[in-house]
Amino acid sequence: MSIVEEPVTGTRRWVGQSVARKEDPKLLTGRAGYIGDVVLPGMLYGAVLKSPHAHAKIVSIDTSEAEALPGVVVVLTGAAAAELVDPMPAFCAEPVEQRAIAVDRVRYPGEAVAAVAATDRYTAEDACAKIRVEYELLPALVDPVAAMEPSATRVHETLDSNVVFHRSLDWGDVDGDLARAHTVVRAKARWHRMGAHPIETAGAVASWDPYGQSMTMYSNSNFINFLPWAFAGILRVSTNRLRMIPCTVGGSFGSKHLITKVVSITGALSKACGRPVQYLEDRTDNVAANDNVGCDRIYDAELALAEDGEMLGLVLRIIDDYGAYFQFAHGQHGNAVAQPVGPYRIGSLRYDVSCVLTNKVQQGFFRGAGADPGNFILERLVDKAALEMGIDRVELRRRNFIQPDQFPYKIPTGNIYDSGDYEAVLDRALEIAGLDRWREEQERLRAEGRYLGIGLASCQERSGYNASEWWFLYGDEAPLPATSTPESCKIDVDAMGGVRATIGCPLWGNSPETVVGQVVAEEFGIDPSSVSVAYADSTSGAISAGPGGSRVTIMLSGATRGAARTVKDKMIRVAAHAMEMDPEDVECVDGVFRAKGAPGTSMTMAEVGMRAHLFNDGTEGAESSGLVAVHTYDHPYFTPPTADRSDLGAFYPMVSHACHIPIVEVDPETGHVELRAYYVVNDCGTVMNPALVEGQVIGGIVQGIGAALMEEYRYGDADGKLETPTLREYLLPSMHEVPEIVLEHLETPSPFTEYGVKGAGEGGRLVAPTAIASAVDDALRPLGVWVDELPMTPERVVGMVADAQERR
Amino acid sequence: MPDKVRIRITVNGTRHDLLTEPRTLLADLLRNDLALAGTHLGCEQGVCGACTVLVDDVATRSCLVFAAQLDGASVRTVESLAGADGTLHPIQQAFTQEHGLQCGFCTPGMLMGACELLERVPEPDREDVEEALGGNLCRCTGYQNIVRSVCTAGRLMSEQQQSEQSGVRA
Repeated sequence: MSIVEEPVTGTRRWVGQSVARKEDPKLLTGRAGYIGDVVLPGMLYGAVLKSPHAHAKIVSIDTSEAEALPGVVVVLTGAAAAELVDPMPAFCAEPVEQRAIAVDRVRYPGEAVAAVAATDRYTAEDACAKIRVEYELLPALVDPVAAMEPSATRVHETLDSNVVFHRSLDWGDVDGDLARAHTVVRAKARWHRMGAHPIETAGAVASWDPYGQSMTMYSNSNFINFLPWAFAGILRVSTNRLRMIPCTVGGSFGSKHLITKVVSITGALSKACGRPVQYLEDRTDNVAANDNVGCDRIYDAELALAEDGEMLGLVLRIIDDYGAYFQFAHGQHGNAVAQPVGPYRIGSLRYDVSCVLTNKVQQGFFRGAGADPGNFILERLVDKAALEMGIDRVELRRRNFIQPDQFPYKIPTGNIYDSGDYEAVLDRALEIAGLDRWREEQERLRAEGRYLGIGLASCQERSGYNASEWWFLYGDEAPLPATSTPESCKIDVDAMGGVRATIGCPLWGNSPETVVGQVVAEEFGIDPSSVSVAYADSTSGAISAGPGGSRVTIMLSGATRGAARTVKDKMIRVAAHAMEMDPEDVECVDGVFRAKGAPGTSMTMAEVGMRAHLFNDGTEGAESSGLVAVHTYDHPYFTPPTADRSDLGAFYPMVSHACHIPIVEVDPETGHVELRAYYVVNDCGTVMNPALVEGQVIGGIVQGIGAALMEEYRYGDADGKLETPTLREYLLPSMHEVPEIVLEHLETPSPFTEYGVKGAGEGGRLVAPTAIASAVDDALRPLGVWVDELPMTPERVVGMVADAQERR
Repeated sequence: MPDKVRIRITVNGTRHDLLTEPRTLLADLLRNDLALAGTHLGCEQGVCGACTVLVDDVATRSCLVFAAQLDGASVRTVESLAGADGTLHPIQQAFTQEHGLQCGFCTPGMLMGACELLERVPEPDREDVEEALGGNLCRCTGYQNIVRSVCTAGRLMSEQQQSEQSGVRA
């Protein structure tokens, strides 16, 4: 852990430029190699039979008709699959077992009850339709509050209650702050479950070798080089006989970290017949049963303020509906406590969380990963406080912002914020939004009976996670040590001077090749287009947690710079030896190794490459042959939690910040919300590549528009059936819902990272929902509406207007 | 299972004489029988538009058409756009210039939809693009850069046409 000294951005040549994206040509021409494009000789095609019921006992399964269908090779029930594969890893301490194909009991609609492998997908689906399953229905738990009742049917017999986890932690003097507060603002809020829904579903191609007892697995999973042993455990194969091969991924947004269900089902089918099998989820498999789902929270929150508006303490009581299993345990709350107090100097925090199991698909991770509803409730509280105390909402934020000279700043939970200048971001956002003009427009439209609203939110984007957050809320002792959650890069320079980088993370829709190219170019002074980048499979030894928690550019640039510098230093020594000079006197400029101050004496990359590969001449001081280095970059700044959890340590310390100002017009009659304009100022430290960061932020904002206005999993109140199984019912934003988004950057570089970069992958979605909520609020203020539930579907907006009228 | 159906179909300029099951979707014929993996399936029910190809110059969701319906038809897919020497089509150039793609999974559908639009409307504006591609879903980009890409492609193609014409005159 050290503070990195960095030159100012302007002195860099490639870092900070909108360098052309290396990934594009293959993506634009249909040659990228997604999982659906993998075809192996003799490959079969899988399909899955899903439970139509939310909660039922499986009385019997008759597969005879399916097995008799020509072209069908394997039919697996849950019991048969259990002979071949083990339960999926659950990162929880509680006894909640999850199998990819249900055994004896289904616990959510869409849970797999059987799988088929056949000579083509059509036949596999025909076979699924011929499997006869007899169910005995059990009561469906849909409402998480009702599921908490001791008398409720239990989702798992192994648990005493559907409240699978509860913990309440105080940091600072919460009761004291509540007692001495001038005003305590209370807000309840509901954040419904939404899904990542990448356009490509999850999939795998498994090839089991029964003679070597080895498995080759292609997939669009991310964690192939982070937790390969977890996959080996499911597949009952020794870790050194499992080879996981990455594919280009058609979007993830957090939903494809593990995809253990797909890996397990595909692996079981391949093991059952000893042939390669491809299983790609169809859309309903993905919506109903993947790791797609984000948080599903009910908040009851309080913010204590002094008379002048100083924020003193925060209380967050949360019920979170985790669905039928507890896959990543309460990791989404570990995540949320990285930034529960936002950009404000709030001295104390009570975090009381109940994780409840119901008959819905289990939570996974979705862009924001738990901090998304956290930003929503905090900014709702701040807006409500402004309203109740009669303080302008901008002024209230200003009074409470952490100031630039207070960094690194430790928040009550123990996490560290590295750097920032929140007021500068706010000021610039107000400036580019042209607020006076919009206030005039608002007045003008109100006179016509129309409702224009101006939203505002100032939020954090914690980035660069340390996976201790997955478990540190357990117990009073460390169940596991802290983890640095590393990332690796290998760089080799060949005999002709060609530079190749090999990285452990897959291409998930972001731009790892471009980033690596920029960093290598920066270090050697060569053109980034000359650098080739390859993806490592799980046999390479690369450790890589890949994209997630807005970490990949931070970690990959650290790994790449480290490897590049190691190779470059060796090349300097090789060149110095060849030129009979002291290495101290040799530098690398524009890809040329030359004498400092005497540029006439020099060697090219190719000359040094050939020398290093072929001509270790055996003289004293000659370098060992070869030019290759692997650099594993550990998390640059983290500290372990204390045993009593009074300090969770620094676990998510690179903190980006943004201010969003959306302008909406709301029709209270129809409930339609139209986005008229959208202004953003973003600070993610040093911007590695402005065009690509803009793409991430705007893409995230549009997902946030979905979260604000339309995206929601709906389950039938009575029967628990999934009412949104496809993209016809679960609506994603289209071109028609998106306004022109105006975006600017301010840069406060991180003192912890290489080049000062911070994360930018999740910020758009972390801020937009709460910003749009405040805009709708502002629009409907004359009607007395207060938004406390997302998404603001037309039905809900009409309902909110009606409720407000009733209250009056 | 009913007998296979014989179809003669031209795909990206190559003529094929094929036997196919009556229920085979065009998307599956392209991907599985002709090994043209650039056409992607996102939803298999016509909602997302990732599988859009041109059938006799009309943008068509290949997941909603049976191959057997297309006897005598001419189909263009994303593989038809770039040159064998690696020269990108102006639409592809515009998408990379304007960063109109991230994961690339919806991109072939966007490109083929844009191709149809640009053959009808050489220099489209934002409204034209929204009308033509408003039914194609992208989960990464937020669409802003896709709209820009298509407008830029129109300009690039017009410029290219003008320079070709002036070349002919010279």
